[in-house]
Amino acid sequence: MKNQNLYNYILTIADNSLILAQRLGELCGHGPNLETDIALTNISLDLLGQTRSYYQYAAKISGEDKTEDDIAFLRIEREYKNCLLVEQPNTHFGYVIGRQFLFDVYHFMLMEKLQNSKDETLTAIAKKSIKEVSYHKRFSSDWIKRLGDGTEESNVKMQEAIDDLWRYTDELFLMTEAEKIMVKEGIGIDVSSFKEKYYEEVAEVLKDATLNVPENKYFTKGGKEGVHTEHMGYILADLQYMQRTYPNMTW
Amino acid sequence: MSEKNIKNLEEIFEARIARDEKIEPKDWMPEKYRQTHIRQISQHAHSEIIGMLPEGNWITRAPSLRRKAALLAKVQDEAGHGLYLYSACETLGISRDELYEQLHSGKAKYSSIFNYPTITWADMGAIGWLVDGAAIINQVPLCNTSFGPYARAMVRVCKEESFHQRQGFEIMLTLCRGSEEQKAMAQDALNRWWWPSLMMLGPTDAESVHTEQSMKWKLKRKSNDELRQQFIDQTVPQADLLGITVPDPDLKWNEETGHYDFGEIDWDEFWQVVKGHGPCNKERMNARVNAWNNGEWVRDAAMAYAEKNANKKVAKAS
Amino acid sequence: MTEKRNWPLWEIFVRSKNGLEHRHFGSLHAADAEMALENARDVYTRRNEGVSIWVVESKHITASNPEQNGEMFEPAQDKVYRHPTFYDLPDEVKHM
Ligand SMILES: [Fe+2]
Ligand SMILES: [Fe+2]
Ligand SMILES: [Fe+2]
Repeated sequence: MKNQNLYNYILTIADNSLILAQRLGELCGHGPNLETDIALTNISLDLLGQTRSYYQYAAKISGEDKTEDDIAFLRIEREYKNCLLVEQPNTHFGYVIGRQFLFDVYHFMLMEKLQNSKDETLTAIAKKSIKEVSYHKRFSSDWIKRLGDGTEESNVKMQEAIDDLWRYTDELFLMTEAEKIMVKEGIGIDVSSFKEKYYEEVAEVLKDATLNVPENKYFTKGGKEGVHTEHMGYILADLQYMQRTYPNMTW
Repeated sequence: MSEKNIKNLEEIFEARIARDEKIEPKDWMPEKYRQTHIRQISQHAHSEIIGMLPEGNWITRAPSLRRKAALLAKVQDEAGHGLYLYSACETLGISRDELYEQLHSGKAKYSSIFNYPTITWADMGAIGWLVDGAAIINQVPLCNTSFGPYARAMVRVCKEESFHQRQGFEIMLTLCRGSEEQKAMAQDALNRWWWPSLMMLGPTDAESVHTEQSMKWKLKRKSNDELRQQFIDQTVPQADLLGITVPDPDLKWNEETGHYDFGEIDWDEFWQVVKGHGPCNKERMNARVNAWNNGEWVRDAAMAYAEKNANKKVAKAS
Repeated sequence: MTEKRNWPLWEIFVRSKNGLEHRHFGSLHAADAEMALENARDVYTRRNEGVSIWVVESKHITASNPEQNGEMFEPAQDKVYRHPTFYDLPDEVKHM
């Protein structure tokens, strides 16, 4: 593939949307209220839409006879480049909101920058996505505050989720080989450049929510390089079930 | 109020409905009208949200991104339908929480069809095509029902339903044009969903209790058997088009009546499922009860937060 | 724990496009006004139905009593002089 680096770069962004959409999809019909169900499904649909735009583009530049679905469903686990954060399970609603919030703040900053990429397709996708992501961020921040500053029980639960998920945040700012090369070409974004801003913004919301900013400095990484947590295999087992069981068919 | 007075009011009330006037929540209404509507609308609302579960079961496993998005949007719509209908019901003076309580305790019923399992992807096609299809037949006449909030909710619901049936049929069509395995999957789904879909339109007229009153209040326009016939007449040609076979050896076009004749429905099965002994009654109810119970701390937190903030605002204003 | 309270009911009004009035779309439950707005957006404008949303907690709406409909609304029925067709003008007068 002659655009291997761009291709890989697109996947590091797109796979996050796919896997998070998949996690949110598990919740549909099982949320705390009809209204929250509908809201989370909307977020999932936004992410799925973004995923498709990225994959369609990746398929096009691959120079091979690929479709968005080949990319979504037919890779081995090591080839998925999503960060570990988005694959974490829906342990309870605090985790759903915590995961969403920690990702949304990052996602928004990334989209902000990606709007100015030299790559026109990525720019266009970012311009469309940023409105969606901006809404996601508002939604998840509001809920962080509600749960953090709600009842004693909800405060404990929300803190538990933030504490647990915290160790996956550092990875968001690690640069893979493909990212570094794409930054040089003016296409990719140097994610490490907004790391500080990210932690500031997150801390501010947590403070508002009467939650503690975890002091844990031990982080876990690997997702962006394709080394995932144990959850990922099960996510893919669901995701790929049909395509693997019935190969080469149209659905 | 004296009995004579009430009788008078009732006559005026019935006359309004007969003139096709709408009844609005604050209007005087006979207690029986209120109770019947609470029962029917909430049953309908429960069906929408229980109905999310069998299809929700396939969201993570949908075979393509396009199908996944469509299915998610569809299941989300059903949540919306539940919400519109609970809201309509609430105008009659009962809260959504009370209605949930009735559902969770087993007091309230919901459509039996959702107690069947979804075991293959083709079931997503069959449900959209047959179950939403039968639902539309049931629901379209309700857009003109006498109780205003219910009628308005149904207008919205029906507008959204049409995409559901189309996406279901498209899934079936794609399967039927696909490999032998896919076609077999489609046939198998039709085999399993056909009879329950016919049952969905309710017991035969001979056994149906509420019909006459419901007709008067425009909760029903046609009898169950008429609706069932309509459903069969419209669906059989679609099955032919798909090239799959309706699992009824007695199914035959009748030149004379201009309708399809069809075989005996297994009403024992129907009543068994209604009474709670279908393949998934327990699973469905557990899923709803768990979602509600596990969500309690979340709902409480949001309420506590809202109250704190309202207090803060008041403090600022003074 | 505090006494259990359920999310209150809100009435949702949506402007479908600029130039049109907000119209009552339905209701939903939310803990506070922000959530009501967000929920309204997700529930009632999924298909591009709106450009502006109002939410108001249902308990703040005061409704007229239908039993007083006679005195409330019937007196307006015979005030035909409020309608343009009440006035006879010769056909030669156009555009009035
Ligand atoms: Fe339905
Ligand atoms: Fe529905
Ligand atoms: Fe539907």
